[in-house]
Amino acid sequence: MVPGEAELHGWMVAALAGDAAAYRRLLEASTRLLRRYFLKRLGPARAADADDLVQETLLAIHSRRATYEPDRPFTVWLHAIARYRLIDHFRRSGRRPTVPIDDVDEAAFASDSDESAATNLDLDRLLATVPPETRKMIRQVKIEGQAIADVAAETGRTPTAVKVGIHRGLRRITARLRGGEGGS
Amino acid sequence: MSADLIDRLVADLAPTPRHAAVRRLAIGIGAGLVVSAILMLLWLGPRPDMMPAMATMAFWAKFAFTLLLGLAGIAAASRLARPTGRAGAPLAMTAIVLAVIAVLALVQFMMAPAPEHPALLLGISALVCPWYIMALSLPLLVGALWAMRGLAPTRLTLAGAVAGLAAGGLGAFVYSFHCIESAMPFVAIWYSLGIAGATMAGALLGRLMLRW
Repeated sequence: MVPGEAELHGWMVAALAGDAAAYRRLLEASTRLLRRYFLKRLGPARAADADDLVQETLLAIHSRRATYEPDRPFTVWLHAIARYRLIDHFRRSGRRPTVPIDDVDEAAFASDSDESAATNLDLDRLLATVPPETRKMIRQVKIEGQAIADVAAETGRTPTAVKVGIHRGLRRITARLRGGEGGS
Repeated sequence: MSADLIDRLVADLAPTPRHAAVRRLAIGIGAGLVVSAILMLLWLGPRPDMMPAMATMAFWAKFAFTLLLGLAGIAAASRLARPTGRAGAPLAMTAIVLAVIAVLALVQFMMAPAPEHPALLLGISALVCPWYIMALSLPLLVGALWAMRGLAPTRLTLAGAVAGLAAGGLGAFVYSFHCIESAMPFVAIWYSLGIAGATMAGALLGRLMLRW
């Protein structure tokens, strides 16, 4: 099971406060995410390069951890560092990337072998960017498939308010996917 | 293999203060500002008419124009020092500040009689002004780039450029305490040119020096 954004974020915040155990869990989970990320983009023939990049990225996480802002998703920060290391790798080796650096699911560190875990990570990360109440409504209606009327009754809102809330939340998520940062 | 590395990194973990990145930028740029101010005082000297000048609109226009550009550069730099950073709002602020000074310059120029136009444009120091500003920006640029190097910019040219904007704006701010020019067209042209020079120097150096 791959830890989701919520867990990774919690570990990172604890690590910044000096919690070594949380930091170890964070680095171990990041290692798995990063290995998949680099292998997918370099191909199995370059597994050694991928391992080097994993280590370089771990070092960068360590030495540049002050640049992480706790009010933003950890996976987005990690992805930006991994992406920079990958581009730097291509620049140094003078080789053009043979697969797109950014595919559709890029920010999710998705893998083919571990589809559901990766999808969960993706969802967690994206849902972490909208307010908790909106997040809950999106989960109930769009993921669990509950009827809008039921959710409205449960939360004491009108069905229109639920629909509008979900719509706004999804639009915000879409904007973030397109723009990368969003929110500001 | 990664396990050894993780052991070492965990052993090396020290608590990171909440605003460590901003503090690093403040130290780099603050130190540069001190050096720049000392350089101006020892090399160029403060303007002799400081007290009466402080009662004029022109003094405060230069003060605000340069300081706001410097602050916009700092704000953009603190965003672009992070791997996910985008320049965003501070660049809009830069554009607004430049637009305001351009309008002020234009109004003053058009309201003045034609014989005064050359003086409004060139003053007495047009040819040295941008160079002095760039020179006074240099220590600030060194400080800003030093700070950026320890952070994690991923758009190196842009990150260097906004470091240059911060250095240029604050360098011009320091210079404004020496410069006796008071015409807005002069400030809009020659100050902006000096700041633009520092910005370009930052972009070039950023590309080369900010790699990690």
